[in-house]
Amino acid sequence: MSTDTVGQAATGTVPHRRRQQVRVRILTLTGVAVLLVTTYLFTDVTGSWDYVVQLRARKLAAMLLVAVAVATATVLFQTVTENRILTPAIMGLDSLYLLIQTVVVYLFGASALVATEPTLQWTVEIVVMVLFATALFRWIFTGAGRSIHLLVLVGVLFGVLFRSVTHLLQRMIDPAEFAVLQDAFFASFSVQPQLLGLSAATITLATVGLLLIGRQVDVLGLGRAHAIGLGVHHRQLVAAVFALVAVLVAVSTALVGPITFLGLIVANLAYHLIGSHLHRHTVPAAILLAVIFLVGGHLLLERIFDLGTVLAVVIEFVGGIFFIILVTRKGAR
Amino acid sequence: MIVLQSVTKRYADTAVVDDVSIELGHPGITSVIGANGAGKSTLLSMIGRLLPIDDGTITVDGLDVTTTRGALLARRLAVLRQDNHLTARLTVRDLVAFGRFPHGRGRLGPADRDAIDQAIAYLDLDSVGDRFLDQLSGGQRQRAFLAMTLAQDTHYLLLDEPLNSLDLRHCVQTMRLLRRAADELGKRIVLVLHDINFAAAHSDRIVAMRAGRIHAVGTPTEVITTAVLREVYGLDIAVEEFGGHPMAVYHL
Repeated sequence: MSTDTVGQAATGTVPHRRRQQVRVRILTLTGVAVLLVTTYLFTDVTGSWDYVVQLRARKLAAMLLVAVAVATATVLFQTVTENRILTPAIMGLDSLYLLIQTVVVYLFGASALVATEPTLQWTVEIVVMVLFATALFRWIFTGAGRSIHLLVLVGVLFGVLFRSVTHLLQRMIDPAEFAVLQDAFFASFSVQPQLLGLSAATITLATVGLLLIGRQVDVLGLGRAHAIGLGVHHRQLVAAVFALVAVLVAVSTALVGPITFLGLIVANLAYHLIGSHLHRHTVPAAILLAVIFLVGGHLLLERIFDLGTVLAVVIEFVGGIFFIILVTRKGAR
Repeated sequence: MIVLQSVTKRYADTAVVDDVSIELGHPGITSVIGANGAGKSTLLSMIGRLLPIDDGTITVDGLDVTTTRGALLARRLAVLRQDNHLTARLTVRDLVAFGRFPHGRGRLGPADRDAIDQAIAYLDLDSVGDRFLDQLSGGQRQRAFLAMTLAQDTHYLLLDEPLNSLDLRHCVQTMRLLRRAADELGKRIVLVLHDINFAAAHSDRIVAMRAGRIHAVGTPTEVITTAVLREVYGLDIAVEEFGGHPMAVYHL
């Protein structure tokens, strides 16, 4: 008998059944995601098969990357802040992204935004956002106060500040240039192919980093006191997680624009469906849900509403309803 | 042993723990008593690495708590605080399994599973092992957290006001349980207590603190006296003997 079966026998049958249930649910989610992805890629093709599929594959790649980044970042952020209704958006990264775009147009004109090498633009955006986020996280979370409420307040304040400056600058620029800028305000998955590779590489690196500290992050969910008592280097680990979150959110925002609302929905749905606190269960579930929402949302948007609305509306509408149902059901139980 | 040398903690200019030197962690149970704000919890928090030390050093079995790797200390010293609110939804078994984290960095082997089962059985939680913590009563929750610290399999156990918000029956059960853990498992337990009679009845040693300093150290009969209690609490309290333990009558 192997040592593993001894361990299994000792823990009894119920935890085993729970593990199996988690596995079944993740597999089901995978099935739905794969189904949606194939439907998106291969159905309703008119015109050149090659062209259409290639175009869609590129969009799909962007969606998958964003799903991984946003879902992972939100779950981690919620663990570290010990709060289930926060998203990294509270740190004002979305508004910072819009501010960067606006400042570029204001200073150099819309032609600059269009003409700049996308890779360069991407890199600058990422660096600025990551620097800002890590500075803010570190300052607030490792300082004397270390309060989540302070972090939220300061984040909201910065968000408002960025938005106000953005609005001010937008009023001062040429209306024709403003029209170009406006495109940047909504998440769009028609991305430059050269950015996909870069983003994929960055997100992969961040994910590997996360895998290395994954089990320690589970302990963070118990709160600071227990984490320290169990021998986790709390400050170091929190700083590392914040850096990962900043990179993931920045990459996703620089790739397709602001979309963090998605994270809140998928993270909470994942906790609910999986019922496990372990990140090796909740993170994959949240990612799969994000894929389902993004690809499903696009299917609805492109095939049923004929592009009559924006993705945010679809996801927030469907996800919002789903979310409210879950919350009320949980309350009733 | 847990050795504190001239340990000081200040908030602004006020020293909440003022130049304290003491050895804690003798075999059995050591209770720390004192009025609110005497520095008991602060002292425990510094030993447990939850608060930085402003001056002085604390060592656990010769390991300096500020410089030693957390995982190493977590295998010798377990800390349980009074506020145990969790955002994560965990079953009792999940929670107790975390106690094994310092040993396997999150991977559970057969030995870890045995330790978890033993801790759950020791605290009589078998029947609720697979229930979620938010489905338990306050007393059961408290025992679940105690089971986690037992599973951590440490020499020293620090508890900050473990009787807080427990009813009389659970208070007595908890104290008897700690006594048993000290006698049967050889745990060296240090706890902060507000009820001096529980301290007197179950401790081997009592440390009385006043205004950030150690005021008295000794056996219950040495410390629980009208004279010491007057200094520590500012009250005249009659002390009677009952079943070999000094009992303070402070309700009148």
